[in-house]
Amino acid sequence: MKIPYYPGCTLHERAKDFDTSARECARALGIELEELPIWTCCGAVFPLVTDSVMEILAPVRNLSYASRIGDKVVTLCSFCYHVLKRANHVMREDPEKREKANLFLRADTKAREAVESYTIEDYVGQVDVVHYIEMLRDVVGFDALGQKVKNPLKGLKVAPYYGCMLLRPKAEMKFDDPEQPTIFEDFLGSIGCDVVDFPMKTECCGGFQIVNDEELAVACSQNVVTSALKRGADVIVTTCPLCRYNLDKKQEEMAERVRGFRKIPVIYFTQLLGIALGLPEKHLDFSGNYVDPRPVLAEKVSL
Amino acid sequence: MEHRIGVFVCHCGSNIAGVVDVKRVAQELAKYPGVAYSTDYTYMCSDPGQNLVKDAIKKHRLTGVIVSACSPTLHEATFRRAGRSAGLNPYQVEMANIREHCSWVHQHDKEQATRKAIRIIKTMVEKVKLDEALAPIAVPLTKRALVVGGGVAGIQAALDIANAGYEVVLVEKSPSIGGHMAQLSETFPTLDCSQCILTPKMVEAGQHPRIRLMTYSEIEDVSGYVGNFKVKIRKKSAYVNRDVCTGCGLCTQKCPAKVESEFDEGLAKRKAIYTPFAQAVPNKPVLDAEHCTYFKTGKCGVCKKICPVDAVDYEMKDEVVEEEVGAIVVATGFDLYPMAKMGEYGGGKYKDVVTSLQFERILSASGPTTGEVQRPSDGKVPKEVVFLTCVGSRDPEGHVPYCSKVCCMYLTKHAMLYKHKVHDGQAYLFYMDVRTGGKGYEEFYQRASEEDDVLYIRGKVSKIFEEDGKVVVWGVDTLTGKKIEIEADMAVMGLAMVPSGAARELANKLKIHTDEWGFLSEAHPKLRPVESLAPGFFLAGAAQGPKDIPEAVAQASGAASKVAALFSEEVYHREPAIAWIDEDRCAGCRICVSVCPYDAAVFDEDKKVARIQEAICEGCGACIAACPSGTATQKNLTDDQIYNMVSAALEE
Repeated sequence: MKIPYYPGCTLHERAKDFDTSARECARALGIELEELPIWTCCGAVFPLVTDSVMEILAPVRNLSYASRIGDKVVTLCSFCYHVLKRANHVMREDPEKREKANLFLRADTKAREAVESYTIEDYVGQVDVVHYIEMLRDVVGFDALGQKVKNPLKGLKVAPYYGCMLLRPKAEMKFDDPEQPTIFEDFLGSIGCDVVDFPMKTECCGGFQIVNDEELAVACSQNVVTSALKRGADVIVTTCPLCRYNLDKKQEEMAERVRGFRKIPVIYFTQLLGIALGLPEKHLDFSGNYVDPRPVLAEKVSL
Repeated sequence: MEHRIGVFVCHCGSNIAGVVDVKRVAQELAKYPGVAYSTDYTYMCSDPGQNLVKDAIKKHRLTGVIVSACSPTLHEATFRRAGRSAGLNPYQVEMANIREHCSWVHQHDKEQATRKAIRIIKTMVEKVKLDEALAPIAVPLTKRALVVGGGVAGIQAALDIANAGYEVVLVEKSPSIGGHMAQLSETFPTLDCSQCILTPKMVEAGQHPRIRLMTYSEIEDVSGYVGNFKVKIRKKSAYVNRDVCTGCGLCTQKCPAKVESEFDEGLAKRKAIYTPFAQAVPNKPVLDAEHCTYFKTGKCGVCKKICPVDAVDYEMKDEVVEEEVGAIVVATGFDLYPMAKMGEYGGGKYKDVVTSLQFERILSASGPTTGEVQRPSDGKVPKEVVFLTCVGSRDPEGHVPYCSKVCCMYLTKHAMLYKHKVHDGQAYLFYMDVRTGGKGYEEFYQRASEEDDVLYIRGKVSKIFEEDGKVVVWGVDTLTGKKIEIEADMAVMGLAMVPSGAARELANKLKIHTDEWGFLSEAHPKLRPVESLAPGFFLAGAAQGPKDIPEAVAQASGAASKVAALFSEEVYHREPAIAWIDEDRCAGCRICVSVCPYDAAVFDEDKKVARIQEAICEGCGACIAACPSGTATQKNLTDDQIYNMVSAALEE
């Protein structure tokens, strides 16, 4: 089964491990992630200006590209998912902006040049933006996923970290209950992990404030990491390259700030899924992690 | 017949006369065919104005009257009475609305307004020409009331009706009457003990010779109409013959099965055979088959063996009884908004984050801790307690938009009682606004903050979570603009009030309206607050909207007085301007039966024609519009009348 896939810039560069593990896991589950023939940056932040459409053209263009090869598009990065989904919401709900954005799309000859068979159709929200974990739930099914586990992760205490981008605003994202999300827990349960519930699972990691105000962002991340550690987690899983960066790389600073700080690996949920599905380590690529997850993984489950 | 119509044009001070040229209107109408007399006056509704109408009826031998003034909802009754006292049939007195429909909306074009007023009155002249003399419909009355719900509102309504001399059937779904008030510790703003003031009323209701108490019973079906309802009531099987049972309590003592107590809000256990609380009325147990060891495994039977009067009967079945009543008071009360929906506060998974009713039980001398404040997780005395108002209320985005009205006050009471019991404790109360509308309420709030050192923080709580045996509360103080973190021992949720679980289903059975949240709708928000739009149904207590005890009691007494007023007549009189079906012309297609929203149109199987039940028809006109043969007609609003009115309105 082929499903259109929008990787986003980060997954092509800094978060290649996320991209590789996701594709390999999908393949093992009989799904081929078909990367959009052309795509651009998603825009990275959803614009809060309300009187202009310029700022949503990037995500809308990507959605329009996706509409030419399928009725849904799968993505992984929380930011990409957030921006694409909210832009899609605008295209479905706001006729005025929909019309304006399409004026730009009609002038988009680049796409036509790139692939001859493209016909430029108006984009009216015909594509569903799907997160990879939603694909696992709705296309594969968590029960069926559990059947495919070759390497059960029993005994590995995993703290699922949602962050904020997947969940809010509730009415537009419709991903899960922002106050009590469960999809991650359901997923982790299906692949046999011991799920660690920790109260900071939906708190912000500091996001891109890491660029302007590192102190603030590290304080946010530290709050999340400490909470997971306190509940006895062996590893934190995330679905966002920026969260991963803040929670993982910034443990360097946390260790400087706090005496006796214990480090904890932060990995992508697809890397954990890969282990459960018995994929070889080279497909999972732990080289990008600051805190090496391999020792704890080797100790608790077989790698 | 010669028409001799009188037209009376009201100035309504300057309300009408400031826009409409009333003199000219009266002069024009005097020329209209059939009009025998036409005049204008400053205030027709005043005594001299009414006398003007009465005198003219007699002097000019008028056959019909048009009062051109305000809306019929205001003064139609006034002028119909005046007409009747002058010897005219009241249904031949009509209002022509030239105020709301004319002068008020056309203030800037006096000429057009005057011409419109003339047309409006002419249409009404055409209507009144064909108005028949009607008499109100007399409906027989069963002078016996049903009260649904045995909380304080239901008890009060039942007592008031019974004390007025009428029989009452009081139906309550749980094993005892008392409702939520029986669960409360003390009541604001006087801090008198809730049970102490309630139990005398419960006992009175239980022993009143004119009250038939049916606890552990539910309404199955209601048919009929005002004055003549037939109600089917399901008496749930208690597996205890309550006529024989002496209430000795041996069965409850010996029963081995323990279940979370509903009365103690899950903070304590009850037995499978139980009375919900010590002062229950009736004070006789019921057996909860779902949790009974005998029903689950077939073994045990201890209660049956030990009962000295052999009242336990495992074979007992539900019983459906039918009662005839003339009026129904609905007092089905409220529930708290489910804690499970408050994910940000743990959704019910933290033991030390309790609902307001749980905290009532913790404070109550009859509660699981006999009134000592202990937190549920480990029984320790909490030294810091956070109280949250507006949990679910006033949150249009996530929960319910309305204010639950009583939470500010009961949380203030909670915080105060907590401080009275734990002197070195700290009470924090987060609020959006402190709403203290009620006698003595503001003073009570001042006392809590000044004498009892309750710390009021204006702001919302964003999150509560457990950490190191504490409940950590994250909030904001919007007066200082600072984020606040309190490591508390316990948090109390002022959850929104919502209509009780079964209320919406019951409202459907009774065919009475509810608002979008399921609260029962009153007939008029200001002037008919205790009546439903459906005749014969009255509302009491929190089923109609969030209320405190005094308001619930006042509304219950109001509903009871409406019932007593209804029962004070020998028969019930209804408006006669309703639908009528000529059975000689009816083809029996039954379309009217299918469109009637009140089930007033019925099919006569013998004659094979449809018939309108006069006692039920509200005169909405649905059947008349739907009738394919034009056989169904509205009295005093016939097709002929409407054609004539339209012609008059369109005449050049």
